Amino acid sequence: MSEAVRNVLKVENATMQFGGVVAVDNLNLEVNEGEIVSLIGPNGAGKTTAFNVITGVYAPSNGRVYFNGECIVENYPRGKMKKLYKGEHAGEYTHSIEPTPDRITQMGMARTFQNIRLWKSQTVLDNVLMAKHMRRTSNLFSATFRLNKKEEQRQHDEAMELLRVVGLENVKDELATSLPYGKQRRLEIARALATEPKLLLLDEPAAGMNPQETQELTQFIGEIRENFHMTVLLIEHHMDLVMDISDRIYVLDFGKLIASGVPAEIQNNARVIDAYLGVANDAEN
Amino acid sequence: MLSKKTKKICTAAALVALAAVIVCVGQFTKSTSMLRTVFQLGAIYALLAVSMNLCNGFTGLFSLGQAGFMTLGAYTYAVLTIPSASRAGVYYLYGVAPWLEKLELPIPAALLAAGLVAALFAYLIGLPVLRLKSDYLAIATLGFAEVVRIVTASSPLNRVTNGSLGLTMIPGFKSYYGIFAVVIGCIAVIVLLINSTYGRAFKAIRDDEIAAEAMGINLSKHKQMSFVISSFFAAIGGALMAMYMGAISSTTFTIAVTYFILLIVVIGGMGSVTGSILSALLVIASREWWLRFLDQPLYFGTFRVPLLKTGFRMVIFSVILMVVVLFFRKGIMGEREFSWDAIYGFFKKLGSKKKTEVQAK
Repeated sequence: MSEAVRNVLKVENATMQFGGVVAVDNLNLEVNEGEIVSLIGPNGAGKTTAFNVITGVYAPSNGRVYFNGECIVENYPRGKMKKLYKGEHAGEYTHSIEPTPDRITQMGMARTFQNIRLWKSQTVLDNVLMAKHMRRTSNLFSATFRLNKKEEQRQHDEAMELLRVVGLENVKDELATSLPYGKQRRLEIARALATEPKLLLLDEPAAGMNPQETQELTQFIGEIRENFHMTVLLIEHHMDLVMDISDRIYVLDFGKLIASGVPAEIQNNARVIDAYLGVANDAEN
Repeated sequence: MLSKKTKKICTAAALVALAAVIVCVGQFTKSTSMLRTVFQLGAIYALLAVSMNLCNGFTGLFSLGQAGFMTLGAYTYAVLTIPSASRAGVYYLYGVAPWLEKLELPIPAALLAAGLVAALFAYLIGLPVLRLKSDYLAIATLGFAEVVRIVTASSPLNRVTNGSLGLTMIPGFKSYYGIFAVVIGCIAVIVLLINSTYGRAFKAIRDDEIAAEAMGINLSKHKQMSFVISSFFAAIGGALMAMYMGAISSTTFTIAVTYFILLIVVIGGMGSVTGSILSALLVIASREWWLRFLDQPLYFGTFRVPLLKTGFRMVIFSVILMVVVLFFRKGIMGEREFSWDAIYGFFKKLGSKKKTEVQAK
């Protein structure tokens, strides 16, 4: 890491409480520019909820999220939550900033989903083109009457270039759902890249993949970091992949952060082994 | 696969053929001819179906407010265009509002005004209503349509809408081709919109709202856009309908009209413009023309075929619809559009089948 480490994402004291259930409890997390950071933990630990808080799907019950040093999400226990709130740092925050997910994507964060969410009736190329819509400059009128030919052409070229990079160029006219599973994952990542993000959030990109596909994906994520100078935050259960590519790892259990550090530290952390890695780690050794 | 050039030639030829058919019908049939009715009414319903398809089929908003927007369009058009000479006659019971007495807009301006009024209303009710999803949205828009219908017939508006008496003497295009020009123009704009980057965003919302939002598409803005544009064209369709019929009242555009348009859209295929146009022509032709014989008594010698009497046509019509919905659930076209490749492929398959049959012999 160079000296001028720049914070891309910073989650500060974020708590997400649903009714009486605290799904994410006082999460603090940082992702620096150019890093690949993993968020791991047993099922139900609150990893995806943390993702949803970061990407604006949920407003946190309390806490803040910074992106590129700017506070983009902030909330404090209000209304009913005021009485119910069980987390820490109550009363520390006084503002409520709740952007919708599309606003957050516009700021430069793009995500993929745990269960693939491609636009099913569309072709591979169209899936990427649709994601390009956000960065348009044409308005409704100019787009309808084709006064934006240049932009349309540029969008098309960029989409094709993206497909070439991820190796889906030869299937561009096929339906997105007709692709094999591994390629659908790739397409979803390509679609996220089409929004021109600075930070890529991958929710279990290797879910349901066999070892070979996982290997390919590991390589692919590495390539993306190189080619696009991307910063990546990912949730994953495949430990090979996580240990392979992560610069740092955060471990969640019951919504609480129980450990963080470089892969070697995490592998030898007694609490992590106890809560999550357990037997899997033994098998590895 | 056909080359691009062949496709272009085919498309041009088909358009010329269509124009020729319309012109032939215009030139060689009497004004009372059934063919004329079918074409004109079919064209209007095609516009209505395509506008509904934009909202329901392409954006996935299940709105049933069509009749309401048609009412708004039709009334706006009628109020603005009834010749000032005949106003006294039309408003004989309640009298005419003073600001209306001398008002008489040219047809294109009135059509535009009709669309804009409906678009404004769509924008206003869209703000709260578009937060709802699927069935709830349908119920809310259905309610809106009914409110519009009843308000137009209410007594405070008597001097503008002529209350429950409705409006008559509504002028139309002098030429038989006027309606076609408007319809083709409007549908062309909708098709251009659907194939633009905004159209892609609409389809993204239809296919997966969560993914669309995560990819930076502002849901409320785009839904609002689609809803307003759809209503704009529905109102123009309503205005054309007023023009075609020459007289409207608050009972002209009931909920049944919305269902009828929905039916055309479903038969044509949700999310297919060509499907909507095709099915509009087919449905109108069978309702107005091909099934007419079912309404007349039919004799074989002295045997009178039972059941055939006025109204029976609609029974058969409904049965056909049920069959379509049961066996062709995706409609004629599904989500596809008409393409020459598909036609070419169909004939090629047919040809090769025949060949193998011949070889088998």
